[in-house]
Amino acid sequence: MFDDFFIRALVAGIGVAFVTGPLGCFVVWRRLSYFGDTLAHSALLGVTMAYSFELNIAVSVFIISSVIALILIQLQKKTNLPGDALLGLLAHSSLAVGLVVIGFLTFIRFDIMGLLFGDILAVTIDDLLIIWIGGGLILLVLKLIWKPLFASTVNYELAEAEGLNPDRAKAIFTILMAAIIAISIKMVGLLLITGMLIIPAAMARNISDNPKKMIIFSIIGGLLSVIIGLFSSLEFNSPSGPSIITASLILFILSLLKIKQSAHLKN
Amino acid sequence: MSIDKNILVKLKDAGFRQNDKWLVKGVSLVVEKGKIVTLIGPNGSGKSTTAKIALGIYKKIDGEVEKYTNKVGYVPQKVSIDWTLPLRVSDFMVLTENLKDEAINEALSLTGVEHLKNKNLGNLSGGEFQRVLLARAISKKPELLVLDEPVQGVDFTGEIALYELIKKISEELNCGILLISHDLHTVMSATDHVVCLNGHVCCSGSPIDVAKNKEYKVLFGEQASQTLSIYEHRHDHVHSHEGDIKKN
Repeated sequence: MFDDFFIRALVAGIGVAFVTGPLGCFVVWRRLSYFGDTLAHSALLGVTMAYSFELNIAVSVFIISSVIALILIQLQKKTNLPGDALLGLLAHSSLAVGLVVIGFLTFIRFDIMGLLFGDILAVTIDDLLIIWIGGGLILLVLKLIWKPLFASTVNYELAEAEGLNPDRAKAIFTILMAAIIAISIKMVGLLLITGMLIIPAAMARNISDNPKKMIIFSIIGGLLSVIIGLFSSLEFNSPSGPSIITASLILFILSLLKIKQSAHLKN
Repeated sequence: MSIDKNILVKLKDAGFRQNDKWLVKGVSLVVEKGKIVTLIGPNGSGKSTTAKIALGIYKKIDGEVEKYTNKVGYVPQKVSIDWTLPLRVSDFMVLTENLKDEAINEALSLTGVEHLKNKNLGNLSGGEFQRVLLARAISKKPELLVLDEPVQGVDFTGEIALYELIKKISEELNCGILLISHDLHTVMSATDHVVCLNGHVCCSGSPIDVAKNKEYKVLFGEQASQTLSIYEHRHDHVHSHEGDIKKN
């Protein structure tokens, strides 16, 4: 069954959507979309490392993204630069360094477009295992830290005062962000991963009145985006990542109708 | 020194500095089971800061803070819920602890907002939100309640009822309460111990003692002082702009 590249892509995309749904909600709630971008940009460096040292791409992207996240946390503590400037600094410098390293690795043929925008043809059985096992672990850890993470998302001081240890939850969440980027980079590409995180979540916000519902709709939105995106990619021969993101954008636009409707009902 | 089993939290000469400016310093106070300690003082006098020191929210502090309980209920001065996060009252009630439905209903009805249970937090009025905050803090039956201006925005009759409720809770649950309030009448009638802050502890003691204090009069004006006390005593320091103490 998994012999067909399209089936593999579909199974991979569905696995990714189950994880980006809930994580994406937290990215939106905690205003981390630019942070996600920074980690994703740094993933290029991780990819070059994987080729240089013959490592698994997901593993080396995970390591590099985690390191970049740690550097960011340290820089936030030690400098007075505002958060967005630090994020921009890390995002673009790690992207630039990644591209420079690629320039040096002349003996390897890189599919830059595939890296930036995703490549369904490249999904292997190993990738499927990484996505589903890694994704399962991410969801398990998210469930374990749900209480402190969610409480501190609503109000940090409340969570801290009532003994939930929000700092630890935040650190673990940062690692989970690096992990989701690592496992989804082949699907949507590093320039579009943040879109996969925030667009279905933003769509879900428009049609939800409580956090659990928003997470469920976010997952459904991600699944639909993957399925619609991949089929249209097959049909129109469009690149997979952009097709998935375009599908999620269409779902988001449709969800705006619901907002208008409920606003209308209120009046 | 023996540890008194009734002590829930103890501050010893505690202070907190942010960007090289002292928000508050030299605060010593003790909150015991079944007792209400109230912090009063003008804006920017370090009341909320003191509460956050007691709660362990601020970690890099001067002096010492000892907390002997983890069952804490907190009503912060300001909670803003971002639009991106859809949150009903019932979701908010179980934010830090899982509660049975009956416990949620009971707490909400105590503060008079049971009918708002399925409403979105973003749609509540200021007073309604305040009642929900208080309900959430008491629903988990805490040993220590820290209430930072818990009745702000609540209508006048509601205010009195909520203060009565706070008093009742401290008796029924035998919990200690650290209260920050602007309402001096309530403070004086419901409180066991008053700490008057202005960047440091100006005076403290029973409500009557504090009302007699000259410092208190300087901070809150002649009228507040007259309604509560006819006595005065000589004060030994004045305040600079920064709230530092200058000896006379």
